Amino acid sequence: MSAAWIENASRRRFLKAGSGLALAIYLPLNAAAKTQPERSFAPNAFVRIGEDDTVTVIVKHLEMGQGTYTGLPTLVAEELDADWAQIRVEGAPANTALHGNLLLGKIQGTFGSTSLANSFEQFRRAGATARAMLVAAAAERWQVPAASIGVAGGVVSHAPSGRTARFGELAAAAAELPLPNKVDLKNPADFVLIGKGVKRKDSRAKIDGSAQFTQDVRLPGMLLALVAHPPWFGARAKRFDAEKTRAVRGVVDVVAIPSGVAVLATNFWAAKKGRDRLKVEWDASAAFGQCTHDIVDEFRGLLEQPGRIARSEGECAAALDAAAHRLVADFEFPYLAHAAMEPLNCVVRLDANGCEIWNGEQFQTADQMAVAAVTGLAPEQIKLNMLYAGGSFGRRASSKADYLVEAVHIAKAIGGRAPVKLMWTREDDMRGGYYRPMYVHRLEAGLDRDGALVAWQHRIVGQSIAAGTVAESLMVRDGVDRLSVEGAIDLPYAVPNLRVDLHSPQLGVPVLWFRSVGSLHTAFAIETFIDELAAKASQDAVAFRRRLLAQQPRHLGVLELAAAKGDWGRPLARGAKGERRGRGIAVHQCFGSVVAQVVEVTVRADRSFKVDRVVCAVDCGLAVNPDIVRAQMEGGIGFGLSAALHGRITLREGIVEQFNFTEYPILRMNEMPRVEVHIVASAAPPSGVGEPATPVIGPALANALFAASGERLRQLPLRFDQAPSAWGWHAGAATPLHEGCTQEDRPCSPSVA
Amino acid sequence: MYELEVNGRIHQVDVDADTPLLWVLRDELGLTGTKYGCGVAACGACTIHIDGNPICSCVTPVSVGVGRRITTIEGLRSQIAAAVQAAWEELDVVQCGYCQSGQIMSAVALLEKKPRPDDADIDVAMGGNLCRCATYQRIRAAIHLAATRLAEPRA
Ligand code: FES
Ligand code: FES
Repeated sequence: MSAAWIENASRRRFLKAGSGLALAIYLPLNAAAKTQPERSFAPNAFVRIGEDDTVTVIVKHLEMGQGTYTGLPTLVAEELDADWAQIRVEGAPANTALHGNLLLGKIQGTFGSTSLANSFEQFRRAGATARAMLVAAAAERWQVPAASIGVAGGVVSHAPSGRTARFGELAAAAAELPLPNKVDLKNPADFVLIGKGVKRKDSRAKIDGSAQFTQDVRLPGMLLALVAHPPWFGARAKRFDAEKTRAVRGVVDVVAIPSGVAVLATNFWAAKKGRDRLKVEWDASAAFGQCTHDIVDEFRGLLEQPGRIARSEGECAAALDAAAHRLVADFEFPYLAHAAMEPLNCVVRLDANGCEIWNGEQFQTADQMAVAAVTGLAPEQIKLNMLYAGGSFGRRASSKADYLVEAVHIAKAIGGRAPVKLMWTREDDMRGGYYRPMYVHRLEAGLDRDGALVAWQHRIVGQSIAAGTVAESLMVRDGVDRLSVEGAIDLPYAVPNLRVDLHSPQLGVPVLWFRSVGSLHTAFAIETFIDELAAKASQDAVAFRRRLLAQQPRHLGVLELAAAKGDWGRPLARGAKGERRGRGIAVHQCFGSVVAQVVEVTVRADRSFKVDRVVCAVDCGLAVNPDIVRAQMEGGIGFGLSAALHGRITLREGIVEQFNFTEYPILRMNEMPRVEVHIVASAAPPSGVGEPATPVIGPALANALFAASGERLRQLPLRFDQAPSAWGWHAGAATPLHEGCTQEDRPCSPSVA
Repeated sequence: MYELEVNGRIHQVDVDADTPLLWVLRDELGLTGTKYGCGVAACGACTIHIDGNPICSCVTPVSVGVGRRITTIEGLRSQIAAAVQAAWEELDVVQCGYCQSGQIMSAVALLEKKPRPDDADIDVAMGGNLCRCATYQRIRAAIHLAATRLAEPRA
């Protein structure tokens, strides 16, 4: 991935690798990427065929576990008729014009479960173009008509004469040919890789420890930086005393930057010890200092007032008044930390000519702009190397490029004299904000005498994710942030009178999108409330939904499939003595895909519970790689379950109360249910799979818990021992909040002077 | 100066006594397959073997490694390890991959002690290894698969 490759990748060129091309410190993404052919044929920005017969696919989307480095190359390989074994994968450079996300306008980034969907035709075309040119080169060489030439498994052949050639043998000749005006894509019936399932390209490197994450980047002379962040959002360092820090062997420098005080050292442990010894006096005059329960109270107050209208059909208020039965329910959702396994980090090399960054790069366009603003360089001078990300779940698509900007500030503060690797510890990562916002919801619905749904009012209160960020123009309309109401404004259930409104209070807690975004809370509220309505109408939960989904064939399809495979309506095997078992269902559409899940749960005598089995049905259009679809359903369910069982970030006087996985547990092996995935056969274009499973597990579980216990849980995380508001209590504290505020805190690092 | 045997090779490292093995491996020896995830023995990403036993290298000071056999993901050579890695690949267990070195180190240690673990054994042995991508179902299946393969009579 040298500079010359990047510049030339856009043009049809026969590239010659020379001494100046290979970047001295470049770390290959994986073992497969190591082979840099001497010469190669690059018909477009996405594929390069070497004389050594390797086919390199340049993937524009971050691989963070969801399978882009397998899915996108599959599209190229299919149309190229390549052998899967000859495919190599390389991360694309930042270049919005070439590598922009076709579903999201003029931005390059990986989110919204769009990677495969937006690339589906583009990458197939890239492969088909390369194939056509290889065929043309063979036709010329063999002096036979192109139509008489076939390609299969990486071999170009002319059956009548028995001649064959590998791609590598034709690359040089193909590079001399003009681009074809038009190429035909395969008929889906002829697919040999798409829909069949090829193995992941990143598997081996992630199994033998050789995969390169940002955490693993080592550059000559590189310094390691840890930053002492203020304990409150919005506070700043007033002054600091670094005497003891500088005395630590290996500490090289201590510098003030806008987000705190950075300690630079030759290795992590020295930086960590240095930071532990740093004394910082913080200016908290502009800091956010509320407790979680203050925020809940404020949000609940807003539930009593109408908000900005996000959707309105019919006469909701009148219909509610006239309804034979009226139900109302309030819901509470906490802040959530993404807590990817690889804590945030970023490597920066800054000099007069530009700025080069190594990162699990998820949002190239925004990151280039933000770094350009800090450095005074032009966006194109910011070179972004996209490495594997050890998870992200949205956090690395930082709407304000927060951690990249921090790393660049450090590099700037030391005058660019060494490359800098910024590392956040787990504590920094968990306490650093950019959370899934807290929300409260109120749902009100009316049923007529026959149990038919006649009115639905949904009020949502929570911070806007998009406001004040690069996403605002895309997401906010008339004061309504789509990300706050998605899932609710596109309610699939037929109801003549519908109103969705929104309050977006502004708070000093930084917030961000989080896997499945708005759907994670809207689906919970909707799908558990529908369950309540079904119970109120004395109807089976599937039958009740079926009637309201008559116009939604894809919803019905997954609902029926999940119900059938999940033994809906059949008695559950009994639990042990004192145990009660229950089954629940939920269905939701997001990112173009529809998912239904049936959950089986066992509630123990002590009211703890265990999720035993999840049956998941998904309609994601054409499943390009069914095994990766299954993996994303399994993982999405585990991730959603983690939020449902454990996820909760709380604040005490503005200070985040969770430090590490000890206070913010995530799902463990023994909590993972058996998951069975069923994919609806579909010829529709592929839609998202990274996120759609996540929002469904929570409501399906809550419905199962109701079936087992007769109790409705409307606060996350799901517990039977909830106080009226579970977050009126501090996490782990035995007393309600105000008294609790005086209790001994764990020491912040660094010490608050 | 500490003398360490890592993956069968002897290294001299000049680090402070309180330096955890994790950072010796990563920063001094360049063995970056072992990952940092929490630093407090709560995630298992840093799992290595000392004399064949899985430990969290993030909380184990360098001195503990002296005179012992240290094995990291880069140094796995046993037949059991090969079977575990093959099963991982066959089932495409990995997602983001960041936790997987640690998962594999724990799984190998489990199979070395218990050739045919049941689900409860797996819950215990793998209970310290978090996977935020929640690949648990495949990890479990891959351990069973590796155990089955290892039990087959060798051709
Ligand atoms: S880094 Fe050692 S257990 Fe998490
Ligand atoms: S594969 Fe991502 S944390 Fe385990």
